[in-house]
Amino acid sequence: MTLDALAIRKDFPIFQRTIRDGKRLVYLDSGATSQKPESVISAESDFYRLHNAAVHRGAHQLAEEATDIYEGARQIVADFIGAQVDEVVFTKSATESLNLVAYAMGNAPVGNRFHLRAGDGIVVTEMEHHANLIPWQQLAARTGASLSWFEVTPEGRLDLSQLDSIINESTKVVALTHQSNVLGTINPLDEIVKRAHEVGAVVVLDACQSVPHMKVDVTALDIDFMAFSGHKAVGPTGIGVFWGKAALLADLPPFLTGGSMIETVTMTGATWAPAPKKFEAGVPNMAQAAGLGAALQYLSTIGIENIHRHEVALTSYLLEKLSAIDELAIVGPKTMDARGGSISFTFGDIHPHDLGQFLDSQGIAVRTGHHCAWPLNRKMGVVATTRASLYLYNTEEDCDALISGILDAQRYFAR
Amino acid sequence: MMQLDNLYQEVILDHYKNPQNKNLASDNDAQVHHVNPSCGDEVTLGVKLQGDKVSSINWEGVGCSISQASTSIMSDLLTGKSLAEANSISDQFLQLMQSKGSIEGDEEILEDAVALSGVSKYPARIKCALLGWMAFKDASVQAHSKEEK
Repeated sequence: MTLDALAIRKDFPIFQRTIRDGKRLVYLDSGATSQKPESVISAESDFYRLHNAAVHRGAHQLAEEATDIYEGARQIVADFIGAQVDEVVFTKSATESLNLVAYAMGNAPVGNRFHLRAGDGIVVTEMEHHANLIPWQQLAARTGASLSWFEVTPEGRLDLSQLDSIINESTKVVALTHQSNVLGTINPLDEIVKRAHEVGAVVVLDACQSVPHMKVDVTALDIDFMAFSGHKAVGPTGIGVFWGKAALLADLPPFLTGGSMIETVTMTGATWAPAPKKFEAGVPNMAQAAGLGAALQYLSTIGIENIHRHEVALTSYLLEKLSAIDELAIVGPKTMDARGGSISFTFGDIHPHDLGQFLDSQGIAVRTGHHCAWPLNRKMGVVATTRASLYLYNTEEDCDALISGILDAQRYFAR
Repeated sequence: MMQLDNLYQEVILDHYKNPQNKNLASDNDAQVHHVNPSCGDEVTLGVKLQGDKVSSINWEGVGCSISQASTSIMSDLLTGKSLAEANSISDQFLQLMQSKGSIEGDEEILEDAVALSGVSKYPARIKCALLGWMAFKDASVQAHSKEEK
């Protein structure tokens, strides 16, 4: 089955509006956040309209319904990523998920498998989003562990030539992105995971840019922890997922403490509920979880493989057209080999912010700047880039609009 | 395109292509480095004072046409003014930026800087336009307090 993007666009109310005095909306910023289908918007508002109550509390029908919806969403997430249901923790964002695991490790006492001290190593990569870099910098600073990283090649790939020395016997954590939000590069996990496990380290995967776009099966990948956000996967904001292997979640100390996450409490201490509750203190973002459930159901109905094929075809089309423009330099892989649908580029002397502004005047939404990956920008030798990121509702017509917008901008700023 | 033309006025593109005072001096009374964390634009700006007068504003930086042109225009406009005048002009420029298009700006006072009035209709760009001005404010306060010591 091929994907009918024009039919899909009809599911997304936002495509009915126009931009900047009647222009057709060309939305090429799904890497920042995706648009939402009607079914997600309804699931979120229906929760408030019909079922609103605090989950896991209250002896009344609404509380039961709310709990069913919330736990149902957890099951949908688990099925979507090939996990067991109790391994899925709801957070408010992927950023919180990554902070959760980093802070929880920092809380691990001596004797706990996650305890870090001077002499231990944390490994990241140069292509991390700030959300998967700063929590580890901070954890290293708090524990005395050292931070090292895989560099990025000029082609925008991870340099794994030093794999065995960068991940070594002292490494306790390897945290990396599945797909770069700037370069579009999809990282080769197999050899990294194999090496990490060889030395007894855990692998934390930032899957924000992969889970919405391709089949990600945590069991097949054999990773240990994973984070992704709802809002990049046609779901609501305010909901993220933290996944961990059951045995590891059992040993990982909590991050946020309070209501719902306990087993027993006295005036001097407390014991923890088993995962996932141990990591979900307080009344959670229930309507947003309902929305995320609807979002993943929506993606599953279309088929994540179909979405991926559609994006590969579209990215390939756009890469070819962009490559043909003089003075346009793609920052990242120029072929479709292990590459997703985020394309960053610079364009002659036109600063990305100015290009983005011009494109906006044509109804074209792109991201400009350093994309929360400042070290990567420095490494690639650019101050900022313009990024077009594609999703299931994009069409060749959108790509063509971007191309002519770029050429028009060249004429506009040359005046 | 009219609103966009209003943003990218000829004067702005001219200053972007030929920035004024973009040549950092080594003997400034104060020098500051400001960034716009949302887009990565950076400016390093130095100020020299002669008594109460701004005798030099010089800078280096990378950024979009709005941030570069605005810094260039500001450095031209405020050089030779007294600190009090420079602050008053800066305040008027800030007001113009925050006006959402409701005021045009006094050309007698703001000179080329009125060309940036179109920025006030693009909330995301106001920080770009203010980058150099905020750097000047910071540097001039530092230079002034150094002089008083």
